[in-house]
Amino acid sequence: MEQTGKRKRVHINNISLVITIVLFILMFLFGSVKYNNFLSLSTFLNLFNDNAYLMIAAIGATFVLISGGIDISIASTIAFTGVSSAYLLERGVPAFLVILMMLLAGIIVGCTQGALIHYFKLQPFIVTLAGQFLMRGLCVVISERSIPISDPFFKTMALGKVAVHLGEAKAWNGKIYYYVFILLIVFAAAVYTLRYTKFGRCLYALGGGETSASLMGLNVARTKIAAYGISSFCAALGGIVFSFYTLAGFGLQNLGLELDALSSAVIGGTLLTGGVGTVAGTVVGVMIEGIIQTIVTYQNLNTWWTKVTIAALLCFFIVIQRIIAIRAEKSKGKNE
Amino acid sequence: MRETWNRLSEKQYFRPLIIFIIILLFNGIVSKGDFFTLSIVDGHLYGRIIDIVRNGSKLMILAGGMTMILATGGTDISVGSIMAISGAIACSIVNGNIFPSFNGNVAAAIILAILAGTVSGIWNGFLVAKIKIQPIVATMILMVAGRGIAQLITRGKIVTITSETYYFINGGYICGLPFPLFIVLFLVGLLVLFTGRTAFGLFLESVGCNPTASKYVGIKVDRMLLAIYTLSGAFAAVAGLIESAGIKGADCNNAGLGIEMDAILAVAIGGTNLMGGRFSIPASVIGALIVQSITTTVLALGVPAAYIRVLKALLIIIICLSQSKQFKDLVIKRKMINRKVVGS
Repeated sequence: MEQTGKRKRVHINNISLVITIVLFILMFLFGSVKYNNFLSLSTFLNLFNDNAYLMIAAIGATFVLISGGIDISIASTIAFTGVSSAYLLERGVPAFLVILMMLLAGIIVGCTQGALIHYFKLQPFIVTLAGQFLMRGLCVVISERSIPISDPFFKTMALGKVAVHLGEAKAWNGKIYYYVFILLIVFAAAVYTLRYTKFGRCLYALGGGETSASLMGLNVARTKIAAYGISSFCAALGGIVFSFYTLAGFGLQNLGLELDALSSAVIGGTLLTGGVGTVAGTVVGVMIEGIIQTIVTYQNLNTWWTKVTIAALLCFFIVIQRIIAIRAEKSKGKNE
Repeated sequence: MRETWNRLSEKQYFRPLIIFIIILLFNGIVSKGDFFTLSIVDGHLYGRIIDIVRNGSKLMILAGGMTMILATGGTDISVGSIMAISGAIACSIVNGNIFPSFNGNVAAAIILAILAGTVSGIWNGFLVAKIKIQPIVATMILMVAGRGIAQLITRGKIVTITSETYYFINGGYICGLPFPLFIVLFLVGLLVLFTGRTAFGLFLESVGCNPTASKYVGIKVDRMLLAIYTLSGAFAAVAGLIESAGIKGADCNNAGLGIEMDAILAVAIGGTNLMGGRFSIPASVIGALIVQSITTTVLALGVPAAYIRVLKALLIIIICLSQSKQFKDLVIKRKMINRKVVGS
């Protein structure tokens, strides 16, 4: 029984991921056939250049989703980090100190949310919704206008890039900005944590069922609080990468980005009910969103089409998840 | 006399009502009585309190719908976007941008806008009740996509309108009282009657306390969820109409932005348990008035508007904590320890 249950879970996970990858390839092919200059290495690399911050934040969100919770304060945390780092840099605080402070602030916010959720049994969505408003409010308190960043370190990170040469033709050339390497580090660390550490396995167990996890003797409190801490930490890091990307801080940035982060996790095969999910899937999920955005730009449509399409895609994947889950439940009933 | 007092103080709306009166008195003292002045111009009542009622009307309507959803342990964060959609549709019709055959008929605009809200609500309810997605995710889809849809309706522009009939929805007066007040009284009255006089209210509480048990008792949980999300959508559409009539146009980016938080806050202040269970619609409506009067007070005190959001976020956490059983236990334990120390 244990065995079949496990196999089914892997099955669910795989199906979503396979659909996602196929969908990504189809969209890329569609773009390549329809538009000139679409099929090139730089289109592909730009998916990372333009969405590195979102990928980092979405990786963090995946941790919370795996634990069975939800974090909708991500977008505000990104905006808050952007505004406050721009504000501090404007006042002459050294760049490394600003980055350190922001990351620390992220961890504190996340752990506070996690503690409220765990110790006082508050609903995750209400706590993180309050967190969302708190951070958004603080953004406007700090500054209502957009603050430009002129710090040399931030500028180096924003403009520095590595050229990639794969062939003579123009299509085979591209560039990767420095900050994309931060994404690679986060990705590697996240994969390692989820797969090979005790904490990672605890997280999956927690998502599978909180009661059984605590009966197994796992430290539920620490795992849960850490999951929210990681999520906000990643959001703060994403915010810093975002300020590298835009070289400005503005309080109303990234409205509704939490849906993007959550939907890319879901599109990548993470179950909203917890216990199943991979960061690789999440990254592919963000890549799909990136490609939708690219196509929308190429087609010269209203940018709101991106949001509408992503929401539709999210619906589609959630429905698939539900259908598979219902079928799994039914076959379970038959076995018994 | 004493008996009536006791009976009154047991009601859920008693505490919020006291808080509301205290806030009003505070305002009255700070403004040295200006706050309570009501003047009659052209047979219409004017004054700060009337402003609170008029500006709070949207929130009171939303809070009514939201109470039922929170009572079942769900949530609806798409109300702001539904307001944007309804405003966009109504203004575009009045303006003649869409459905030019209606010739800017206000009645048609209102009916279609409310219909759109109802459809949005049905969509939310379908996702929550039939597909069984967590309410927060299900409604977040519309929260984000909804503004996109509204943008597509207005083609990304801010639609302005000139129609005295349409302005009436927000600025009109009947018997000297602002028209939105009557909309609130009508809708909330319907809700109170519906939940209080039929078994529906009891069923709602039972679903909030234990959905599985309610299902075995024979309550049609699916149908009920569908109904309340639909109602919430329709109510949000009405709120959207009031909003767009107030600003005399549809602004898809800002209409109802962040109002879902205010609505949840209003319900929380009203004493409804956000985990589901006991609820009271009158208490939520008073909660909405409190939220609106806090906003007015903070602005009157000269505090920048930006702080209001921070204040509200902190308020909601404090209220949630005070409702949490674990938190109460913690506080009681402290008190017990203190008492023991004093006693020994």
